[in-house]
Amino acid sequence: MNNNTHKVIPDKIPFYRDVRFLKVFFQILFVIVVILSAGFFYSNMLNGLRRQNLELGLSFLIDSEAGIEISEGIDFDPSETFLKAFWVGVVNTLKVSILGIFCATVIGFFFGIARLSNNWLIRQIASVYIECFRNIPLILQIIFWYAIMLVLPVVQESIRFFDSIFINVRGVYVPSLEGTAGLIPWLWYFLSGIIITIIVVLGLAAFRYFFQFRERHEADRPSFISNIIFGAKWVAAPTFLMATIVGWLLTPEVPFELSRPELQGFNFVGGINFSPEFTALLIGLAVYTSAFIAEVVRSGIQAVVKGQREAARSVGLKESQVLRLVVVPQAIPVIVPPLTSQYLNLAKNSSLAIFIGFPDLFQVGEIMMNQTGQSIPIFAMIMVSYLIMSLTTSAFMNWYNHRITRMGRST
Amino acid sequence: MTENESTTNDPIIICEDVHKWFDDFHVLKGITTTFKKGERAVICGPSGSGKSTFIRTINRLEEHQRGTIIVDGIELSNDLRNINLIRQEVGMVFQQFNLFPHLTNIKNISLGPIQVRKMSKRAAEEAALALLERMDIADQAYKYPAEISGGQQQRVAIARALAMEPKIMLFDEPTSALDPEMISEVLDVMRELAHSGMTMLVVTHEMGFAREVADRVMFFDEGVVIEEAAPADFFDNPQHERTKLFISQTLQH
Repeated sequence: MNNNTHKVIPDKIPFYRDVRFLKVFFQILFVIVVILSAGFFYSNMLNGLRRQNLELGLSFLIDSEAGIEISEGIDFDPSETFLKAFWVGVVNTLKVSILGIFCATVIGFFFGIARLSNNWLIRQIASVYIECFRNIPLILQIIFWYAIMLVLPVVQESIRFFDSIFINVRGVYVPSLEGTAGLIPWLWYFLSGIIITIIVVLGLAAFRYFFQFRERHEADRPSFISNIIFGAKWVAAPTFLMATIVGWLLTPEVPFELSRPELQGFNFVGGINFSPEFTALLIGLAVYTSAFIAEVVRSGIQAVVKGQREAARSVGLKESQVLRLVVVPQAIPVIVPPLTSQYLNLAKNSSLAIFIGFPDLFQVGEIMMNQTGQSIPIFAMIMVSYLIMSLTTSAFMNWYNHRITRMGRST
Repeated sequence: MTENESTTNDPIIICEDVHKWFDDFHVLKGITTTFKKGERAVICGPSGSGKSTFIRTINRLEEHQRGTIIVDGIELSNDLRNINLIRQEVGMVFQQFNLFPHLTNIKNISLGPIQVRKMSKRAAEEAALALLERMDIADQAYKYPAEISGGQQQRVAIARALAMEPKIMLFDEPTSALDPEMISEVLDVMRELAHSGMTMLVVTHEMGFAREVADRVMFFDEGVVIEEAAPADFFDNPQHERTKLFISQTLQH
């Protein structure tokens, strides 16, 4: 071998070929382009606003009376501010999204498992349900449910269940719990119940941890956190119930009473009323999303390999145990990420409320834009609100997923 | 070959004219045989011959469509109670181990005893530890299956099956998915189990194991038992042409 064949090239690279230089250069170039274009659009927008004699700012939110009516949600008077009106919309959106997510999850899991049933009929019913509701545009479904709500019987001829649930053209009436004068004193017992529970759970966790530290093998020793979870599982509920029930007995007046809807004159009084708009939107969102969730659940369960069920059966587990102890724990980590997307879709799709006049965040925002002409800040507020909701949901689901996959550690 | 003293004449599995179809494919074409208590049978044959399917019918992982199978006096029918009873008496070890990845090794083993035999958690885990000790892997108890080697996983799987205190153990190609250097550690455990008097049905290509441990070797081809004999006769004096070919091919390497 001739040593001269291995020439060391001197450290002189022209800058346009130097990877280190190019990396930094293109990043700086990109940032400059972004800033320039943003500046261009921003100044364009300001010019446009000036021509229409509008100013960019949020002061309109609290400067004047809103002067608009909002058909449902937390109490709102036209003399209150736009900010309050916007908040009413936010709360309505949250209400329909959270209830919708809950219902869609329950229905979706049911149909997802049903689609894998050994029973031919159940399987077919689940398939028809999923394929129908998944493949019809959501807006049509919402308008369909709204149309049904509007042809329901009049108030006097309500459809009734057990004399406590009433359905009529004005929506759905269900019983509710109303606080009485005894509520405030009882809340103190309630609060002390929470504090006592926390102390008991932490105490138990510390006690167990101490003994595990002495007695158990290092690898088998659960963390302090898992001891807290153990305590929360076994002693939290009894302690908390004890405290609150004792409080209930000590309070002179019953803190809650059941309020049933009752027909008085031409309308129902008492209970909770879900308007036709709210009900149609809720059913539409829940049913549509449940069809997708059912598919997510089915694919998650099918992702668990056949050998797992066989092994579980071969140790003598019953079918229900096979599902609960072996299949579902392995399916959940597969299900959670796409489930999160479905939750986010549901929350965002709730903006279709505008088509049936349910005063959600988007519809209230739309009215505010008409009243004030401040479309840019209001649009920004709407978008930021949805963004906050979605990111919060995502963060929670990611945390949950991380927790279960760490416990599972499946590879 | 000496007759194993723990083998008695009491039959524990009786199969009569067992047939099985996968759609149009006739996998088992009338298997009639009896396994005695304490017997160690090795089942071999080319792939697709129905040998795995046969042992899977014995704990109803596969349903047979004709004929009768009686395990320890209980007939395998469509009665769910019988199926569950038999599954508690028959342990099974799979080619792919099939350990539960979301549970630690000790929990894999104690799951059955706790859920099916209703043992206390403490007793079940003590028993599980004793089994792991017997498998020589007590130090892996609190790891997850993914964290141990294939040979160790298969020994955990054997322990999981033994935890239910079965009367019969089925092995479905227990060493086929293992790296060569791990095969012997699993075979050692199976050998020890055989000497303890367990009734064992083993589907395997390990002819050395068959020759050493088995009371009987059964040769499957195209859904029928072509030949069965004590290992000495089977390997040294095969009767059937198909068997001769199979033995010469498997012993070549």
